[in-house]
Amino acid sequence: MHDARPFEGTDSYIAGEDLRTSVNVAIALERPLLVRGEPGTGKTLLAEAVAESLGTDLLVWSVRSTTKAQDGLYVYDTVQRLYDSQFGDGDPSDIRRYIRMGVLGQAFQADRRVVVVIDEVDKADIEFPNDLLWELDRMSFHIPETGDTVTAATRPVVIITSNAEKELPDAFLRRCVFHYIAFPHPEQMAEIVRVHHPGLDERLLTAAVEAFYVLRRMDALAKRPSTSELVDWVQALVVGGIPPERVLEEMPFLGVVLKKPQDLDAARRAMAVGGNGTFR
Amino acid sequence: MFEGLFHALRRHGVPVALDEWLTLQRALDAGLAGSSLAGFYLAARAVTVKSEAHFDAYDTAFVEYFAGLEASGPDVDDRVLEWLREHPDALGVSPEQRARLDAMLSHLDLDELRRRFDERLRHQTEAHHGGDRHIGTGGTSGMGHSGAPTGGIRVGGPGRHRTAVQVAGSRAWREYRQDATLGVREFGTALRRLRRLSSRLDGPADELDVDATIDATANAGGALDLVFRRPRRNSVRLVLLLDVGGSMDDHVHLVDQLFSALHQTSRFRELTVRYFHNCVYDLLYHDADMDRSRTDSTRALLGSLTSEHMLVVVGDACMGPSELALPGGCIDWHTYNEEPGWVWLERVRARFTHCAWLNPVPEVWWQHTHGARTLQAVRRLFPMYELSLAGLDQAVDHLMTRAA
Repeated sequence: MHDARPFEGTDSYIAGEDLRTSVNVAIALERPLLVRGEPGTGKTLLAEAVAESLGTDLLVWSVRSTTKAQDGLYVYDTVQRLYDSQFGDGDPSDIRRYIRMGVLGQAFQADRRVVVVIDEVDKADIEFPNDLLWELDRMSFHIPETGDTVTAATRPVVIITSNAEKELPDAFLRRCVFHYIAFPHPEQMAEIVRVHHPGLDERLLTAAVEAFYVLRRMDALAKRPSTSELVDWVQALVVGGIPPERVLEEMPFLGVVLKKPQDLDAARRAMAVGGNGTFR
Repeated sequence: MFEGLFHALRRHGVPVALDEWLTLQRALDAGLAGSSLAGFYLAARAVTVKSEAHFDAYDTAFVEYFAGLEASGPDVDDRVLEWLREHPDALGVSPEQRARLDAMLSHLDLDELRRRFDERLRHQTEAHHGGDRHIGTGGTSGMGHSGAPTGGIRVGGPGRHRTAVQVAGSRAWREYRQDATLGVREFGTALRRLRRLSSRLDGPADELDVDATIDATANAGGALDLVFRRPRRNSVRLVLLLDVGGSMDDHVHLVDQLFSALHQTSRFRELTVRYFHNCVYDLLYHDADMDRSRTDSTRALLGSLTSEHMLVVVGDACMGPSELALPGGCIDWHTYNEEPGWVWLERVRARFTHCAWLNPVPEVWWQHTHGARTLQAVRRLFPMYELSLAGLDQAVDHLMTRAA
């Protein structure tokens, strides 16, 4: 068993008690940690923070719609081998030269415990998680081309993020420790913005956070703004030299917060209808 | 330990399985709950609950279980033991599961388990010197499971004990409940079969064609000649027509599931979604809220189709007979249809070689439901299937055989 309470968050990543517990349970039980939450709640940053806090390396496997489970284990570069056999640059009789490890393969071969993040697992094909069940369970896979079996000497910490766009298979879920990152409360949000903008005028911060939550509460939004939009917005407000009292009244640079034209229209209509007072 | 919580969770619809429960026991053994009910609340949630949609149910079950223990105070020891005595098969495990459970628990049988439980409780009383202010007997007796090996049962005081129940009691996750998402994956898996693979589509030729490469290389006298081809992709274009509003409101969950599944499995070459109310007429809506400013002409849509298009209609086909039979029969009073709905349905039907109608009304009711007359008529025109997993399977089968 590893040390108790290894993960406490880092200077730049604030983790609540619930998140710390989930991370530590996952690490201690050697189960993958499935992290879900709205976009912009810092799911990927969490993996970085865990790696930093454990003082180890982070390997990122960004999943795309065309990603296959095999890609994360190893790729057998047949084309290179054929070329080599033709042009004699290397020794094509050694298949091992043409086996390239994927992210999981690298993690299994690492000489110490590393952190692997399988980012946005829901983007891949619906069967993708099932294809990784065995490998994540056993932390081991077989390479038929060479007859080798790659087994993790130290089981990596696996963090899987998902935007909840797809339902993940039950068998996969049963093996994971689950954590849902809730959208931060205004106080937490202010704390997060302070980390990104040290030395920010407190009055501007308060005004921006208040305006941000007013916008988020609007019903008609197609895409609700998230943390990263607020951080960018504060940046814009600072650069634009907007005084705090004008933030709520005018909502300057609204395009930084709301990305869809219809959302911008809705917000402007709401401001126009009631004047500044009722918009709150 | 905490079997009661396990059952409470199951009762409240959290799909916790025995595997996860055993994982939780491991977590407790490893001291991960931090010897406090608040820690237990978080650790148990991380292990047993796999969707934020179930957090609220977890909270409810947690409060139900622990509030009961909390209220009962020192009597809890007897209550738990009595409960164990009364329900020797409380876990309801199969022999096979039982064997695994036994293996995990180092072959403890129930009596042995009970004896240890007893022992542990006794140990605890001594450790506390009968401190009756430590109301958390319920919590700590359970915590004893995790903390007892080292004797380190720290009681964080009643305040902390209550915290977890209060946190759970505040039900902060209520708005995340979404009882509708069950079944989306199953629908998605069924829809995956709806595909016709073709390599004739656009896209880069980046897949090595081994056979062609061997041929080309042999023809070139052994000089390597690589041949690439386009990867095979799904060539199916799907037109989805959804009936919304009115009698369809009853089925909104089911239709939502299908809709999510379609979007998730969207490996289709093209997916066109249009909405109608009760029957298809000359205009189709872009959105489910039937905004009249965002419509398409049905004729234009039908005119843009290719032979790769398949049609899936989702609707209950229950309407007033006049909506099918009369000009101007459309249920929306502000629209006037020159041609009766039936003409439009026939027109749509004729345009597709592959089509299926999914009906959220269970098939057994089709003869008797309030719109049975129109339903039977529509059914003669469109191959109709029940919108259920089995029905969807049949519909996909039908679409694929037509496609062959």
